[in-house]
Amino acid sequence: MTTYFSKDHEWIAVEGDIATVGITAYAQEQLGDVVYVELPDVGKTLAQGDEAAVVESVKAASEVYAPLDGEVVEANVVLADEPAKVNEDPEGAAWFVKIKLSNADQLSELMDEAAYKTLVAGL
Amino acid sequence: MADPDAAGDLQKTPLHDLHLELGARMVPFAGYDMPVQYPAGIMKEHLQTRDSAGLFDVSHMGQAVLIGPDHETTALALEALAPSNFVELGRGKQRYSVLLNVEGGIVDDLMVSRPLDESQDGRLYLVVNAARKHVDYPLLEAGLPDNVRLEIFTDKALIAVQGPKAVEVVAAHAPAAADLGFMSGDFMEFDGIACHIARAGYTGEDGVEMSVPAGAAEAIARALLADDRVEPIGLGARDSLRLEAGLCLYGHDLDETTSPVEGAITFCMQKRRRENGGFPGAARIQAELKDGPGRVRIGLKLDGKAPAREGAEIQQLDGTPVGTLTSGGFAPSVGAPIAMGYVSAGHAAVGTKLSLVVRGRSLAAEVVEMPIVPNRYYRKPKS
Repeated sequence: MTTYFSKDHEWIAVEGDIATVGITAYAQEQLGDVVYVELPDVGKTLAQGDEAAVVESVKAASEVYAPLDGEVVEANVVLADEPAKVNEDPEGAAWFVKIKLSNADQLSELMDEAAYKTLVAGL
Repeated sequence: MADPDAAGDLQKTPLHDLHLELGARMVPFAGYDMPVQYPAGIMKEHLQTRDSAGLFDVSHMGQAVLIGPDHETTALALEALAPSNFVELGRGKQRYSVLLNVEGGIVDDLMVSRPLDESQDGRLYLVVNAARKHVDYPLLEAGLPDNVRLEIFTDKALIAVQGPKAVEVVAAHAPAAADLGFMSGDFMEFDGIACHIARAGYTGEDGVEMSVPAGAAEAIARALLADDRVEPIGLGARDSLRLEAGLCLYGHDLDETTSPVEGAITFCMQKRRRENGGFPGAARIQAELKDGPGRVRIGLKLDGKAPAREGAEIQQLDGTPVGTLTSGGFAPSVGAPIAMGYVSAGHAAVGTKLSLVVRGRSLAAEVVEMPIVPNRYYRKPKS
């Protein structure tokens, strides 16, 4: 499994042609207390840059964009009842969606962990 | 006009360094660099205020005083611009009011205080919204008679301490604060520093607002924060607290098109003013009092967990649009999303089921009484 990062502060763990997508620890810290997560329906086809999910904090709604083209094969239903998990374990149990990739070439546009850490350090 | 929130042009309150030291996340607000939250986060800060006490820097708000030859002259001067009864405002009492434009629209909402000390008769102290200072002050200056003048304070900070333990905490440094009734205030010393303390606030809780010398603000804030019962609270929780308390945020729930009747704040208009008028836009406002307004501000509780935000359309269950949300978010003390908005007459009754349109989907909501979280203002025991 290889984990990639997007400039929009998502992590993408790829195993075969399935990518598990969530938001990074930095992103959850910026959002603050998460009170609601809206996830896409299973079967939905996403193009890179499409709105894939919405995270609502106490104060504001933030969109999560699809980092890659693909079809949603699973959404993390646990987040519907326990949105605060996004704050507690953003890069683990609080994954958002699993996407079946349709264009693996797009992975080359993403960052590895070292590059993402450098990006965050500069913010 | 230049963007007042452009980076670099932001003003700082006397507590700015302290906010940074406390690890606040700073955001532009009404031309000031202000703390939106501290490391605890909005949820904990909100509950801290409801459970114990929170300290808020509200120094960005405008503090000023009207000075006239006697109380009645100053009170009548302000009554020409605002629909409240200031003539009969008692010494040491504070009153919520609004400045009106000629159409009866709200230019700003503000707090007006009459000093307790008889020798200060003729003075009315004002606290206005930060984002409206540039509108309020010229409006006041243009509207005042020659014998009443406006003096704007630029050397004062404003610190709010709110919550069930707030007055206890403040009284340890300013004992006279414990004797204040709700919406009353007086000049007193806080650890030897002269300030004005009023038992008031904007969270629905008991508490005080302290007008203090800018140079002493940090020492006073540090003295309060040294108490285990107090934590610093940012603008994020201030917003969720006031929303639960059913209180309006100017520029969102009130603006120059809304009247006090539409805004459901007619409690700021006492009987004589309702009947006799004599304020800007009186014809419209008195007609709305008599016949009911065309639209009115309501509180809403949402069924699910998804919040609806300002700007969301309010619909009847059949999809007919009936209004717009002006505030909305998650209510930490309710554990569910709540909102405020305006609906056309006939849709405002408590219990009315409505839909809120969020990202193309309808969220079920119901009109509820405001405040949504019951307020706990201090009531002085009858002696």
